[in-house]
Amino acid sequence: MTEPYRIQGETGAWEVVLGLEVHAQVISKAKLFSGSSTTFGAEANTQVSLVDAAMPGMLPVINRECVEQAVRTGLALKAQINLRSVFDRKNYFYADLPQGYQISQYKDPIVGEGELLLDLPDGSTKAVGIERLHLEQDAGKSMHDQHPQKSYIDLNRSGVALMEIVSKPDLSSPEEAGLYVKKLRSILRYVGTCDGNMQEGSMRADVNVSVRKPGDPLGTRCEIKNMNSVRFIQQAIEYEARRQIEILEGGGQIDQETRLFDTSRGETRSMRSKEDAHDYRYFPDPDLLPLVLEQARVDALGADLPELPDTKKARFISEYGLSAYDAAILVEERATADWYEQLAKGRDAKIAANWMITELFGALNKAGKDLSESPVSADNLGGLVDLIGDGTISGRIAKEVFAEMFETGKPAGEIVEEKGLKQVSDTGAIEGIIDEVLAENADKVEQYKGGKDKLFGFFVGQTMKKSQGKANPGMVNELLRKKLDG
Amino acid sequence: MSDLLDLTLAEARKKLAAKDISSTELTRAYIARMEATAALNAYITTTPDKALQMAEQADARLAKGEAGALEGIPLAIKDLFCTEGVLTTAASHILDGFIPPYESTVTTNLWQAGAVLLGKTNLDEFAMGSSNGTSYYGPVENPWRSTDEPDKKLVPGGSSGGSAAVVAARSALAATGTDTGGSIRQPASFSGIVGMKPTYGRCSRWGIVAFASSLDQAGPMARTVEDAAIMLQAMAGHDPKDSTSAPEPMADLTASLDQGVKGMRIGVPAEYRVDGMPEEINKAWQQGIDWLKAEGAEIVDISLPHTKYALPTYYIIAPAEASSNLARYDGVRYGLRVDGGSLAEMYANTRAEGFGEEVRRRVLIGTYVLSAGYYDAYYLKAQKVRALLRRDFDQAFEKVDAILTPTAPSDAFAIGENEDDPVKMYLNDVFTVPASLAGLPGISVPAGLSERGLPLGLQVLGRMFDEGSVVRVGRALERAADFRAVAAMVREG
Amino acid sequence: MSLDKATVASIANLARIKVPDDRLEAMVGDLNAILGFVEQLDEVDTTGVEPLASVTGHSLPQREDAVTDGGYQARVTANAPESVHGFYVVPKVVE
Ligand SMILES: [Mg+2]
Ligand SMILES: [Zn+2]
Repeated sequence: MTEPYRIQGETGAWEVVLGLEVHAQVISKAKLFSGSSTTFGAEANTQVSLVDAAMPGMLPVINRECVEQAVRTGLALKAQINLRSVFDRKNYFYADLPQGYQISQYKDPIVGEGELLLDLPDGSTKAVGIERLHLEQDAGKSMHDQHPQKSYIDLNRSGVALMEIVSKPDLSSPEEAGLYVKKLRSILRYVGTCDGNMQEGSMRADVNVSVRKPGDPLGTRCEIKNMNSVRFIQQAIEYEARRQIEILEGGGQIDQETRLFDTSRGETRSMRSKEDAHDYRYFPDPDLLPLVLEQARVDALGADLPELPDTKKARFISEYGLSAYDAAILVEERATADWYEQLAKGRDAKIAANWMITELFGALNKAGKDLSESPVSADNLGGLVDLIGDGTISGRIAKEVFAEMFETGKPAGEIVEEKGLKQVSDTGAIEGIIDEVLAENADKVEQYKGGKDKLFGFFVGQTMKKSQGKANPGMVNELLRKKLDG
Repeated sequence: MSDLLDLTLAEARKKLAAKDISSTELTRAYIARMEATAALNAYITTTPDKALQMAEQADARLAKGEAGALEGIPLAIKDLFCTEGVLTTAASHILDGFIPPYESTVTTNLWQAGAVLLGKTNLDEFAMGSSNGTSYYGPVENPWRSTDEPDKKLVPGGSSGGSAAVVAARSALAATGTDTGGSIRQPASFSGIVGMKPTYGRCSRWGIVAFASSLDQAGPMARTVEDAAIMLQAMAGHDPKDSTSAPEPMADLTASLDQGVKGMRIGVPAEYRVDGMPEEINKAWQQGIDWLKAEGAEIVDISLPHTKYALPTYYIIAPAEASSNLARYDGVRYGLRVDGGSLAEMYANTRAEGFGEEVRRRVLIGTYVLSAGYYDAYYLKAQKVRALLRRDFDQAFEKVDAILTPTAPSDAFAIGENEDDPVKMYLNDVFTVPASLAGLPGISVPAGLSERGLPLGLQVLGRMFDEGSVVRVGRALERAADFRAVAAMVREG
Repeated sequence: MSLDKATVASIANLARIKVPDDRLEAMVGDLNAILGFVEQLDEVDTTGVEPLASVTGHSLPQREDAVTDGGYQARVTANAPESVHGFYVVPKVVE
């Protein structure tokens, strides 16, 4: 168990209580209630139907795939799937909300309570409750920098399906909040329901932050809206928690409000434009009927789900003997896990994992590349591991070979061949080198025999150096002992 | 006035098929009549050029023997239906200049059946009213005048007042209406024509400017029950673009028309005898009961105990839905914009100037009943009472095949009357609203004249999706009533 | 329940409909008359009654996931009071 996260105030230690609402864009070809396209980056208002523009008399018809994506996600979160759910209207006026209401789900969401496991750095896990998941429409986009007195409105995003995934207030540090977002993203990408691209806004998080003295009842929370990176989420939480502590320690009280995180200043601030008390006047959308799902359809969707990160992680631990930490790293992305399994097949799985996590990820990181862009293929890295395993090259040489592989994309065997890096395991050849080394350092041999044991390492080093690193280190050790001690 | 204008839709259809007349001829006669009756203010927009073009095409199809069910029939369309390339206003200032780039499903169905568009009829703004008095384009005048005050202009009822007036004045052969709480049936009663609201879900709402989504239904307004049945058959049909559209197929209505009512059980609900209702309404109702009895129907006394709560329920649900449906009129994408310093001010100015008084009232009431802390007391309560109203009908329909009631509690009143008191105006819909809340089909058939010589309608209600029984009973009433009276202006030509 | 001027003003703000001060009083009267009328519902015992939201008893039909609409910028902006380069234009929104 790691130490619980605490913020030290003037009056003592405070704990933070966090809940996240993540908006995840559903992967579908068409929008939630209209047949226009969801692709990103099109020219203004070209992916807008009469329905999306809320023309008079236009009506919504739901997209079956979006419903199924929500169910898949719910199942992946081990959540209750509600066979009957209801779409409501959330009424408010905004320039990029053409209907004057957002179609969302309020009282009866499609997915109820579930759970998500955080993979903590010490290898342990922590369960975070999922409160609900519901389907709703995205809004359009307002652009404020095109004209001094005007805003420009593009409705291409208007009506794209979102899943709003609400956690219970079970998170208690910025780190956990970050792990939560990463884990959720991982699950969404596994089941293929959201691409998790935070820069493009496919995943956005609102964070509810409150503070309290350990053991006290929940404090008043503030909601920080619409953050699109894990780093910003963590910065915002830290700033906001300290702000609240300062107010409380100064004898003030927290106003429940919506705040924005100013990324350039690293501060949260009140959203004044939303101050005129919101009253969303939710009511069931009379243009839509209750959404009813057959249990059999839910079961079929469940049967088609891929192996999920938690299951995969457990399997990697038991099947490959990996540490929880390594397994968690390897299963975060489905493609990474597949890559690893191809690499590990028929080889020492632990050595394979080490090479992948330490050397390959290190090199990719340095080069600013993704695994999908790796110049070293799984089969080639496997080839390298094989050469180490059968004693063709030493671990040290292998690092050199790997650098060359990363540079050129060539298979390990070819590089070893070209550069003559093959390990020398011929007893006679190694003995010859050892003899030369001992002859050149007769004085040191004397000292060694006189009790200076530490010199053994020196003889090993000299032998390896003379062999240009190619001598099999195990054999060098063995033969040296024989000659010096025997 | 041309004799062509006396033809019913069914008769005109026969003559067109037999090539006794052409659609162009018929359409010209109606265009002339539209001009002659322009003072009624029943049309917001007339489309004579388009009408003649469509008539020509209809004639071509008739000549080739490819006629649709309404081939060459000149119709008027309530200006709540979006018509591609033709101004669509909902009789509201806020839709100034709005030319829809699309055609509603119902009108598409009509044009596909070969019908001809004469123009767009006036209505209460956003269909909110019972007199056609809330239109931004001014009130519609009922072609009928009373015998006691022949100089007084009367309302045609509402909200489909323009459609009722054009059918009564012979300036369209038939028209579309929409009915949210009685907006087809009540004006039909006031104007001496037949108006039918089908089961909720029969006619697609796609492309009809929404008032209250859970209640709005389109339907025909015509001279006879047969005409209404023919027209509804063309308008209705399942539409995948409307999630509330009913997949149940509709039986051939013309086949059930003349089956008579012998052996049918007709319910007469005690609760529709309301305090202060004029005796002549009761008399007309009793007359209807006697007619059906004479035709061999069994009259059954029934009880619809929650009837009294229908209007208050309606005046929570309809404004609540409207407050949300009308949020899209914000001056951004179409219609009127009244500038303001900020976006919020622009909205508030646009909506203050763009909406008339009754619309503003209903949007505010609707906003209030949905607002935090009041939802349960008003909206949720109303939805529960709505369930009870529906249960009343379900129980009654275990005992009867159709229900007979008056359509409206009075005959047509003078323009300007009842306008100072919104609640008094709402009482006009006391007999039509319950079926709207329950989703049931209903028809209003002219049954006779009041002491003042004004038409009075009787309403027939049926089970969900049983339009067949509704037209069957309606047709029996129509025959028995043999209602031949026409408005003075029609008599005079 | 009876509405006062302040409540009506705040509803009007929520509904984004400007009600000038000299019209507020009359609106308060109208709305109270309507509310008085609808409050008859208080007499009805609705214990245990499920609210009725849709009359046909059907459930929501679902369409296939295919791009079948959109791609007509000019059509959706043709009626706009103000538009530039395919955008709708509104008075500047201050965040
Ligand atoms: Mg939220
Ligand atoms: Zn949301």
